[in-house]
Amino acid sequence: MCQECREEKANVFFTKIVNGVKTEVHLCEKCAREKGDLEFTFEPKFSLQNFFASFLSEPLSEIWSAPQREQHPSKVQCSNCSLTFTQFSQIGRFGCSSCYSSFGEDKLQPLFRRIHGSINHNGKVPRRLGGTTRIKREIEKLRQQLQQHIQMEEYEKAAITRDKIKSLEKELDELDETDEVDETDEPDEKEG
Amino acid sequence: MPEKTFIVSHWMEGTGPYAEVAVSSRVRLARNIRDIPFPYLASNTQTNKVREMICSGAAEQENKFDDLHFLKMEEAENIDRHVLVEKHLISPLLAKESHNSGVFLRKDEAVSIMVNEEDHLRIQSIFPGLQLEKAWEEVDSFDNLFENKLDYAFHERYGYLTACPTNVGTGLRASVMLHVPALIKTKQFNRILGALSQVGVAVRGLYGEGTDIIGNMVQISNQITLGQSEKEIIRNLFSVTRQVIEQENAARQSLLNENREVIADQSWRALGVLKYAHLLSSQEAIQLLSDIRLGFELGLVPRIERRLLNQMLVLIRPACLQMLAGKDLDARERDQERARQIRESLKGLAS
Repeated sequence: MCQECREEKANVFFTKIVNGVKTEVHLCEKCAREKGDLEFTFEPKFSLQNFFASFLSEPLSEIWSAPQREQHPSKVQCSNCSLTFTQFSQIGRFGCSSCYSSFGEDKLQPLFRRIHGSINHNGKVPRRLGGTTRIKREIEKLRQQLQQHIQMEEYEKAAITRDKIKSLEKELDELDETDEVDETDEPDEKEG
Repeated sequence: MPEKTFIVSHWMEGTGPYAEVAVSSRVRLARNIRDIPFPYLASNTQTNKVREMICSGAAEQENKFDDLHFLKMEEAENIDRHVLVEKHLISPLLAKESHNSGVFLRKDEAVSIMVNEEDHLRIQSIFPGLQLEKAWEEVDSFDNLFENKLDYAFHERYGYLTACPTNVGTGLRASVMLHVPALIKTKQFNRILGALSQVGVAVRGLYGEGTDIIGNMVQISNQITLGQSEKEIIRNLFSVTRQVIEQENAARQSLLNENREVIADQSWRALGVLKYAHLLSSQEAIQLLSDIRLGFELGLVPRIERRLLNQMLVLIRPACLQMLAGKDLDARERDQERARQIRESLKGLAS
C-alpha cells in the first residue's frame, strides 16, 4: 500500500538515509513522481556526494601511503569545530572555516586540484578583510613585470616598477602591524 | 488553509535576450561567517546568532533592503515553503531542515537571500532570458553590503570558504534554464552533452541535480568555482550558452523546413488537450507545455505569452496547486486541479 495516497498499490521502494537515520519509503508510481517533484528537486547532496567521494578516495590513499611522520589521518582534527579529516572525507563537508587551515595543504590541495583544476582563488577579495591579499596580488603582478623589464633591458621602467613594489610593501608592513593577519599560510613572501 | 493568489516572479516574465530558448538565468554566491560552524554542524545558539547577525547587518543598510522582507522558515507554513521551492526561490534543503533558517525575498522575487542553508549565506538572483551579467551584478552588490557588516570566512589562497569543497573560491554558481526541444527531437543533445562536460559545464534537468530531463528543459551551470574570476565564470557560461542556443535555433529551423506539419500538428494537439482536459499528470502537462512553446516560437500556433507558459510550468506543481486550491489535495485531486488551472489560463486563447 502506498504510504502517500493509501489507495494505490506501492511499487516504488527505497531507503532514505538522512543524517544517518534510515527510513523505508513505499510509494505508488504516481505519488513517487509527485513526491519526487516535492522532495528530490535540486538537492545537492545526492549525486554530489558520490561524485565527491570518488575525488576523495584517492587523495586519502595517497596520504596514507605517503611517508607521513607520526600523524595518522584520522587524528587530524579541526581545532575550532572538532571535525576530523576522516569525518570530512565521509560527509564531504567542512565543519567550519577553520577546517581549511586545520586539515593542511597536503590534504586539501590535491583535492581542490581534482575538483577545480586549481588551488588559487583568482576572484573577488573582500574589501575590508582582504586588504593585504589585494596588495599582495598587486605586488606579485609587479614582480613579474619587473622580471620582464629586466629581461628586455628596460632599466628605467624596471626602476619605476621596483619603486612601486617598495611602496606597496611598506603599505603591507603597516597593515600587518595594525591588523592581525589570519593565521593562514603565507606563501613564500621572503624571496627577493 | 486560505486560498492565495499566485505571484509571478520576475524570471517568469519571458523577456530578456534569447528568451526564445533561455527561460531564466540564475547566479548565487555562497558566503560564511568566520569560525562559526556551518549550519549543519552548528548549535542552535550558533545558528540563531548567525541569523541575528545577518538580519541586523541588513537592517543597518539604507534603502537597498527596503524592497526585501525576511521570512523565518520555522514561522512559514509548510505549503508556502514548498511554493518557494517550486518557484526556484529557495532550495529544498532550506524548506526541509530548519537550522534557524530564513530567506530575504525581494518584492519582484528577482533576489532571494537564504540564511543558514548549506552555508550561512546564499545570495541568489534570477532574471528572465539570458542575463547572467545582470544577475551577477545584483548578487555582487548585496555581497558588498553584507561584507561591510559581517566577518566573512576568506582565505588568502582559497578565497571564500564554503561548507562544500565544490563551492570554494568564488562561491559562485551560475546557471541557465534552456528549452531545447529541437536538439532533443533531432537527437543532437547527447552530442552536445559530451561537449559541455569537457568545458566544465554541468547539465541537469528542470528540477536540478539528479533529475531527468523533462519537458525538454535543461539547466546548465559552471562546475568550477576556484581558479577563475567571477567575470570569467560568467563569461564562459554565457558563451557556451549562446552556442547551445544557436544550435537549438538551427535545429528548429531544420525541423520547420522538413517537418513543418508534424510540429504544427503536435503543437495544436497539445493546445487542444490542455484546453479541454480534466485530468492531467504533471509529466503530461510539462510535455504538452513544451510542445506548445515550440509551436509558438516557430509561429505555428496562436500568440501565447511566454510569461503564461513559464507561469503554468510552475503552478502545475503540487504545492502551488494546493495553495491555489486552498486545501490539501491527493494525487488524483491534484491532476484535476492541474487541468482546471491550465484550462483557466488558456481560456482567452483563440483556437
